[in-house]
Amino acid sequence: MKILKLLIIIFLFVGFFQLKSDEKNDEIKNKILKNIRCLICQGQSVYDSESDFASSIKLIVDRKINEGLKEELIYQFLRERYGDWIVYDPELNKKTYILWVLPLLLFLLGGVIIRKKLKFRN
Amino acid sequence: MKNRFSLIIIIIFLSLCFIIFYKGLNNSNIYTPKINTRDNIPTFKAKDFNSNIYINSKKIFEEDIFYIVNIWASWCVPCRTEHPLLMELSKNQSIKLIGLNYKDNLKNAKNFIVKFGNPYSQIIVDSDGTLSVEFGAYAVPETFLIDKNKIIIKKFVGPINREIIEEIKLIIK
Repeated sequence: MKILKLLIIIFLFVGFFQLKSDEKNDEIKNKILKNIRCLICQGQSVYDSESDFASSIKLIVDRKINEGLKEELIYQFLRERYGDWIVYDPELNKKTYILWVLPLLLFLLGGVIIRKKLKFRN
Repeated sequence: MKNRFSLIIIIIFLSLCFIIFYKGLNNSNIYTPKINTRDNIPTFKAKDFNSNIYINSKKIFEEDIFYIVNIWASWCVPCRTEHPLLMELSKNQSIKLIGLNYKDNLKNAKNFIVKFGNPYSQIIVDSDGTLSVEFGAYAVPETFLIDKNKIIIKKFVGPINREIIEEIKLIIK
């Protein structure tokens, strides 16, 4: 009887942790899918799209997560096949350098102009 | 002097903005992945269309020749347009055509091959579309030209036409 109780407790624990792990995987999967652009219905994320392409990508992402691939490696896999554009949040590299740096430069330039103006008024 | 300098800076900035927007507006806002690729073929296991046996990609591309991977489906209307051209290309001895049957009903796909002919030396089944993603495809039909080093050297999105056939023939010559 004691063994049976112990087995039930172990079974519940395993079930609980399995459920937690599935929840975590689902969270990561949804995060990735929301950050991938659907190439058929452009303007929609793969998460929102029901196209054939989106459903295949959903399966691939699911499979890669189950294989233990990290988020960044899944993005890399998709980038290698479809280019940087497939990811909504582009990484900083040679091609996206201007995209990331230009707003910062313009912001700094604006700051300098405002400061000079203020100094000039004072 | 200072005002003049600021004016010049503003004019340069506005001109730059104008050029960027003018160029940007002329570009198509529909993104298509690059077509001149140099990627290795993916390694995979796929079900054979006729025997239902799983085959390794190394076995499929084992010969030292050019290969064409053509993604097709019986429900895809443009696939019918390109099919006679694929039949013509299959007569060329220096290239082998591999068909990738995409998300299709097997019975319909077999009827399609019976009706229009079989240009493929082997057909593999991609029932959930994941194999096409491994190749970097996103639509049907799509065609990939693979060289003797097993590298994808060209990708054709949409049905192939006479021009593309001539281009392929020139490359494999």
